[in-house]
This record gives sequence, C-alpha cells and structure tokens, in this order.
Amino acid sequence: MKKQTMYLRMISGSLIRRRSRMLVALLAVAIGATVLSGLLTIYHDIPRQMGQEFRSYGANLILVPSGDEPSLSAADVEEAMAYFPADSVVGIAPYRYQTVKINEQPFMAAGTDLAEVKKTSPYWFVNGQWPTEPGSVLVGEAVADLIRLLPGSPLTITGTDASGKSFSRDFTLSGIIQTGGKEEEFIFMSMQDLENAMGNADEIDVVECSISASGETLDAIVSRIGTNVPAVTPRLVKRVTQSEGAVLTKLQSLVYLVTVVVLLLTMICVATTMMAVVTERRKEIGLKKALGASNESIIKDFLGEGIVLGAFGGLLGVILGFLFAQAVSLNVFNRPISFGLPLIPVTMLASIVITGVACLIPVRSAVDVDPAVVLRGE
Amino acid sequence: MNLLELKDVSKIYGSVKALQHIDLSVRQGEWLAVMGPSGSGKTTMMNIVGCMDKPSNGAVILDGADISRETPKNLTAIRRDKIGLIFQQFHLINYLTALENVMVAQYYHSLPDEKEAMQALERVGLSNRAKHLPSQLSGGEQQRVCIARALINYPMLILADEPTGNLDETNENIVLDIFRQLHREGSTIIVVTHDPEVAEEAQRTIVLEHGRIAAISENHQKNHQK
Repeated sequence: MKKQTMYLRMISGSLIRRRSRMLVALLAVAIGATVLSGLLTIYHDIPRQMGQEFRSYGANLILVPSGDEPSLSAADVEEAMAYFPADSVVGIAPYRYQTVKINEQPFMAAGTDLAEVKKTSPYWFVNGQWPTEPGSVLVGEAVADLIRLLPGSPLTITGTDASGKSFSRDFTLSGIIQTGGKEEEFIFMSMQDLENAMGNADEIDVVECSISASGETLDAIVSRIGTNVPAVTPRLVKRVTQSEGAVLTKLQSLVYLVTVVVLLLTMICVATTMMAVVTERRKEIGLKKALGASNESIIKDFLGEGIVLGAFGGLLGVILGFLFAQAVSLNVFNRPISFGLPLIPVTMLASIVITGVACLIPVRSAVDVDPAVVLRGE
Repeated sequence: MNLLELKDVSKIYGSVKALQHIDLSVRQGEWLAVMGPSGSGKTTMMNIVGCMDKPSNGAVILDGADISRETPKNLTAIRRDKIGLIFQQFHLINYLTALENVMVAQYYHSLPDEKEAMQALERVGLSNRAKHLPSQLSGGEQQRVCIARALINYPMLILADEPTGNLDETNENIVLDIFRQLHREGSTIIVVTHDPEVAEEAQRTIVLEHGRIAAISENHQKNHQK
C-alpha cells in the first residue's frame, strides 16, 4: 500500500468516524464561509443593485447637438448609442421641444418616446394614464392648473409649423404629471404627433439616457462618443453620477469593512474550534510520537484534516452564502442577486487557508508534547 | 551479547533523584521484569530506555550505540526503528480499525502493508476482529492489537508498561502466552509490572526502590528454554 493511501485512510477515518466532533468543526468553518461568501456576493453586487436603484432618479447622461448644429438626427443618435453597453441601457428618450399655444397661452411642448420616458423617469407621478394612442398627451400639473384641465379633457393645441404656417390640432389629455420639477410646465406627446403637427421630422434637441454603469464606465462612454461622433456632444448629469458614485463608494466601503471584521471574527471562531479539537487529541499526538512519528508527519496529518474540512466547509459556505445574499437582496433591493463563479474558488481557498492556519497553530504547540506522558499507565 | 546496557545512569528532576547510578545489562533475547513501588523510578527508566527521555548522567547503550546524548529527532528515529511499545492503557487510535491501528506503526516506520498487518493480528488471534474499531473490542482484544502494533516493525526491544494491568485473568493469560511465544522466538522483552506472577514469567527480575536497583533475581522456568 502506498503511504498516500494510508494517509487518506487516516484522514477519512478521522473525519467520518469522529463525525460528531468533526461536524462541530465543519459547522464553524461553514458558518464562517457562509458569511464571507454572502458578504462578498453583496459587496460585488452592490454597484449593479444600487445602479438599478439610482436609475429611479432619472437620466445620468444626455446627448446634445455639437457646436452650431441646431438639432440631432436619428442617425447621429443611433451612432452614439452604439457606444452604450447593451445590457446596461435602462432607457433612451429623445426630446424635441416646440413652443405651442393652448387658448392663446404659450407653452412648451415636448415630443418624445413616451415608453422610454417611463423608463428614464420612473419617478414621474401621472394622475390619469400614460398615453397609449396617437392624439393623447400628458401635461404638467402647472399647465393643467392654469387652463383647468382634468384627465380625459379635450384640448386644442395651436402653433406655427416648420414651414411658417399655422396649425391647430385636437388632443385628449391622458394624464397630469407631478414631478416637483420643470416637467410640470410642459406638454408631453409622442414624437410622431409633434412631427405631424410641425410638418417635418428627424429633429431631436436632446436625448436623455439612463444607463446602469459606474462613473468610470460613463466617463469612458462620454470620451468615446466625444471622439468618434462629432455631431453629438455627450454630457454627464453630474448631480446624479457624482452622488451615485459617492454613495456607492461609501456603501461598498461599509460592506468591505464589515466583511473584514466578519472575516477576522470567523478566523478567531474557527481557530478556537480547531484549537479545542486539536487539544483534545494531545494524547493521540503523544501516541503517534511514541510510535515514531516525526513532528512534520503529525503536522501533515492534522493539516490534511484541516484542508478537507476547509474545502467542504467552504463549498457549503458558497451555497449557503449565496442563499443568504439572495435573501438579503430580495428583502433590501427587491430583486435577485447574480451568482459570481469566481466566488467558489475564492471562498474555498479562504476557507482552506483559514482552517489550515487555525489547525497549524494548536498542532505546532501540541507536537511538542512529551510522548512519555502517554506511556504513563498509573 | 548485550542488546542494552545502562552504565551509571542517573536522572535528576530539580531536587528529585528519580534514578541513581543504575547499572544494568539486558542480553539479546532476554525477558526482564522491572518491579518496584510507585515512585521507585520504573517509568523514568522505561522512558530513558524507550528513547523518550535522556539521563542526567551516565550512558545508555542500545545495539552498540550510546543513545544518551542523541537529539530528540534522532531518538524518535531510534524508537521507531528499534523499539516496540506496549501500554497499560492500550492507546489505540479510536477512529481507526484494529488493522489500521497496526498499519499506523508501519506508516510512520516505512510503508504500510495490509497483508503483513493482518498476519500480525492473526498472530495475536484477532484476524476476525481486524475491521473493528477499538470501541468495539474488549480490553484484552485492545491489548492484543497494541501488541500486534508493537511487533509489526520487528523491533529489537519490546518495552511493555504494565501490559496486564487493566486485564482480567483470562486476558492476562492470553497476553502472557503471546509474550512467552515472542520470547521463544528470540525477542528481547522488558516488562514493567506490579504483579509478581507476571514478573515470574521473566528470566530475570529487578526491583527498583528510590531510584536504585534494590534486588535482582533470576527466575528459572521451563518456558524460557528454547
């Protein structure tokens, strides 16, 4: 029989036949690995989760025409959009603004993609309904108050089209917007309705983009569009991106700190458990020495057990840690968390190292035990 | 030819003189019994002979080499290669089977050999209990596993500390039978015992008192005749 076979037989014998003792140690390792893996999952998922949360506060990037260009074309916007990471785009809403009149009072009308506005500005509160058909509009609360409109009211919008002729079109008020901001002074309709009224198309004044990405990624997008799409000037909405970055950094730092503290506590907990496990086996260590085992052999025996315990505990911790992180994510962010495959080797390695070190400390002191104490039969 | 010689060996712990000027020779193939009251120095002497302690003074010659000044690492190697230990409390590893307990001694010595370990168990009449854990064995059976473990590496010297101290009469006889058999095969055995009947089985008995050899007696029994 090979020495390795006997070595594995001894380790498996110790782990399986002393299972009540080893379960305690395994539990300590698994709990530590669970907390570590759970917190690491949350730590890495925070930018994604919080990024999604921050998208509720509106666009974080806008595209405007460059230099003296009066407007953007759909082709310009398309070209710029090619630089957005496809899986990070929450919504892209183009706007065309035009001065119109209702009952001879001037207002600003905005033609847009209302389905996309719903995504870029989820914080808008609409009293009534979002327009679903052509000829339906949303008006801001200030406009509705001024001309006494209610959801469902008909309204006639007049103005001067692109060729300088007057137009008059009838619309139905679908809903009244409350945002607490400038939007309450606007009339919102579909881009198609505004283009029909104005008699021309493909004129976009600004594009509001909501992208779920880190500050660095957004900076890179801005830089690439600025360089490669001359007709478009991209701008970050600083108040959103900067506060998002600051909050994310603070939150990640907090979780990082908690992870480190928990890791230290885990190490102490695992080390204490392993110390107790090893200490109660001092007699066995003495016996092995009496049988002629070198200190290195004894350390190898215990280290082997520690590594196996660490690996199993780590694997258990990965599974339980993900479930823990999932529960936290569902409760705090109301959406599931993504599982990172690198977490498996990281958690297992950390678990093995911690358990190995935790074993090594008591074993190193225990190997100095005098084997003569074992011989004492009296 | 002497396998073991103690020359003017003393062991002092602080102000306690555990052994004082011991001179003793043990011939190759001899069965020696060591008796004495508690605190007489039996254990200290066994520890020194078993390479688990070093004398304060004097020389211990084992197989022609002085081991009294060896490093702990060398003493471990000498113990592994030349000495077989049998304990009163058996000291089997509780999570290993009887067979594996025997193989552990092979593992630390050289290479484990399951067949040879099984033969060792057969020799002590335990081949049918090879797969049992120590907790599933009686005291006598555990002691026989301990003996099989001590013999597995063909030691020059077998040191047994109260080997029948925890056994009933039946098991004591089984163990003594094994010792007689080993002696007939030429093994050198040193047995520490409180039991005069066990001591009488040996060829020679030394009695320790206050760290000194108080008496030496030769026993003449027919089972010592080869």
